[in-house]
Amino acid sequence: MTTPDLTSIFAPASTPARSIVDLSFFVLTITGVIFVVVAALLVYAVVKFRGRVADAGSEPPQVYGSTQIELAWTVIPILIVIVLVAATARVVHAIQDAPQPATALEITVIGHQFWWEYQYPQLGIVTANELHIPVSDPARPRPTFLTLLSADTDHSFWIPQLSGKTDLIPNRMNRMWIDPQRTGVFLGQCAQYCGTQHAKMLLRVSVDNPKDFDAWVMSQQQAAPEDSDVVDGRRVFETAACINCHTVRGTVANGRYGPDLTHLMSRGTIASGAAENTAENLRAWLQDPDAIKPGALMPAMKLSDPELDALVRYMQSLR
Amino acid sequence: MLQSWVTTVDHKRIGLLYILYALLFLVIAGVEAVIIRIQLMYPHNDFVSPQVFNQMFTMHGTTMIFFVAMPILFGFGNYLVPLMIGARDMAFPRLNAFSFWLSAVSGFVLYFSFLGGPGLYGAGAAPDVGWWAYAPLTARAFSPGSSSDYWTIAVLVSGFGSVATAVNLIATILGMRCPGMTLGRMPLLAWLYLTMSGMVLIAITPLSAAQLMLLVDRYLGGHFFDTQAGGSATLWMHFFWIFGHPEVYILIIPCFAFMSEIIPVFSRKPIFGYPVMVAATVCIAFVSMSVWAHHMFTIGMSSYANTFFVITTMAVGVPTGIKIFNWLGTMWGGRIQFKTPMLFAIAFLFQFLIAGLTGIMLAAAPFDWQLGLSYFVVAHFHYVIVGGILFAIFAAFYYWYPKVTGRMLSERLGKLHFWLFVIGFHLTFDLMHVPGILGMPRRIYTYEPGRGWDTLNLIVSIGAFIQGVAILVFVVNLIVSYWKGARAGKDPWDGWTLEWSVSSPPPAYNFASVPTVASRRPLWDEKHPEDPDSRYE
Repeated sequence: MTTPDLTSIFAPASTPARSIVDLSFFVLTITGVIFVVVAALLVYAVVKFRGRVADAGSEPPQVYGSTQIELAWTVIPILIVIVLVAATARVVHAIQDAPQPATALEITVIGHQFWWEYQYPQLGIVTANELHIPVSDPARPRPTFLTLLSADTDHSFWIPQLSGKTDLIPNRMNRMWIDPQRTGVFLGQCAQYCGTQHAKMLLRVSVDNPKDFDAWVMSQQQAAPEDSDVVDGRRVFETAACINCHTVRGTVANGRYGPDLTHLMSRGTIASGAAENTAENLRAWLQDPDAIKPGALMPAMKLSDPELDALVRYMQSLR
Repeated sequence: MLQSWVTTVDHKRIGLLYILYALLFLVIAGVEAVIIRIQLMYPHNDFVSPQVFNQMFTMHGTTMIFFVAMPILFGFGNYLVPLMIGARDMAFPRLNAFSFWLSAVSGFVLYFSFLGGPGLYGAGAAPDVGWWAYAPLTARAFSPGSSSDYWTIAVLVSGFGSVATAVNLIATILGMRCPGMTLGRMPLLAWLYLTMSGMVLIAITPLSAAQLMLLVDRYLGGHFFDTQAGGSATLWMHFFWIFGHPEVYILIIPCFAFMSEIIPVFSRKPIFGYPVMVAATVCIAFVSMSVWAHHMFTIGMSSYANTFFVITTMAVGVPTGIKIFNWLGTMWGGRIQFKTPMLFAIAFLFQFLIAGLTGIMLAAAPFDWQLGLSYFVVAHFHYVIVGGILFAIFAAFYYWYPKVTGRMLSERLGKLHFWLFVIGFHLTFDLMHVPGILGMPRRIYTYEPGRGWDTLNLIVSIGAFIQGVAILVFVVNLIVSYWKGARAGKDPWDGWTLEWSVSSPPPAYNFASVPTVASRRPLWDEKHPEDPDSRYE
């Protein structure tokens, strides 16, 4: 897995983020000039018009106002505002009203306390927390259009390098799109306070080249592999209430409340990015989720050590 | 003695009660801020649990807005407005006492929640839903127990107090001015408090309505905001921000009032462009009522709705800019005296300028899609509330303390307070913009290392501790100067408005004989009979 990039909004790797950066530099330039001019006037006034000992006891000329000057500093800001509004409205329209091309990949993102569910309706895939999308070739664009829903409270989907954030709100369908121009792993996290573990609702988006993406889709479309070496663990999983919340396709486990685990081992992290996906972390998580993510909704199942070991082995067979 | 304070209906005593009450909560909410900053000093720090951290930012925000900023500004208004318009008290003295005690009770109701029921997931007791208390986090499914009810009731009750005070201020300013004081001759402070009070009437009522609807949801089976039963989460957002944005101006307009009294006196010139200042203020009041959804650019409104709120939000920058220019115009050609109140006023101008410009950035909706809900926006509104409002309040303390107590605050401690606070403020809030730009969302109890946030957060925290020390210096100054300060006399700053014509502290009922004024600066006229203002107005 490639090392993740930074999360700076000024290192865009996708179209909406890039057009936002262009607008940002325009706004920063104008506000920067205003700052320099007004701050310089303030400093000049403070230095130049400081009270001097020689003036003690006398008052400066009393000036009550000046219509011309006041008109000037009303009209000039109005003109600046008109320019800023026009530039902003253009970008708002370009991003929000962009038509969806027929080649676009559709993904439904569902925010849960405190993890992300991804459904690919065109491809029949359901996965969690780590999103895979194809890189978009400018010659043959293949943008990704996201439908944003929430299963419980408000959340917000934010990958700074790909796009600005859009909220996931219950009873409401929001849309956003990204058109990434380079491959890599991009990080983000939930940006709208959603409860106790808002901080550990991390996002990880892998932008793959088309070949890798197709391979990933192929593997995700498979049901869980049958492995006779892990029947013990599978029995624990299927009898200890895990299946009430989790799905493992090809088995009786079809719960929808927690993340789909069919290909758990294809993911680099567990608990929505709270820990790396290693055998020790998996074991610690299964033993007591609160130890890694206090306030997470997954209960501790009070399993014995042998049960835990078997369950971890079963989890690790879900490739 | 104690009984006389509890039963008082004197506007000066009620003003002082408001201010002392607010100072108490300033210290409490300040401690909450320090806890937040200790937790965020290092990535993966475990100074407090996530539940406690979420309570801390909820209580810090709620307390600072409703139980520090509002009462302290009402306190100054109560104390100053009657004195400055030549009145002997507020229009409705008993209503005035009633408002104060309502507000006082509500703050303690909020803090009683620490002993009350459980919050989200049965953890802890104080509300932990954030100071906007977004639906459906406040629904019974997500917020069982009663912690968020303490929040609701506290905000509701303090709202009644605020509305009653606003009615009182409006009646006082419109009906109790001394002979000769036409509307056009009122001190700007009175104009600005009049505007602010009008905004309170319009903005607080939807907030109160929303609290009642939330209580109906929680206890009577209503479904206004209960999304699981088909309610609307965005409806709450609209109700909250149609209060929440005007609230920013409700808080800062009294601070504009302090600036408009302090900058002229320490520049030794009348306010530049008085009629334009009044017009700009009223204009801000109207335009700021139409900008609320810029807090909601990320909720997926249509491009037309977003563009509308871009226009109104940027438009409010015009009258705000006019005010900054008029203060500069007041200083221009003056003889500026760098007493502590003026130092805070100059810092206010500088910081308010920056806060306004970062506000323009956030008003550009696509830029807000990146910056909103991040630490950038936290830095922006603290620039407004601390760099603007709190600096102006400090200026007001140093300026009017001699009038209230008859003693000067120590200039030496005042300058120490000023410089410590300036350094701490800029360390904290200048740098706080950067983690937001680097992708750090607000309201997270901890963060991942290696994203360039670590060092910045450590310095931000150190700056917060320096601000804490500065506040201690301020409190020491308030206490020590009360007994040890130099005698102020009735007019220590060579001021021009009516409060400086009476003794310090002012006598009961303020004016032995009701004054008559002929201009905006009655004491200038008295001191310069050869060249009175009344000749030019």
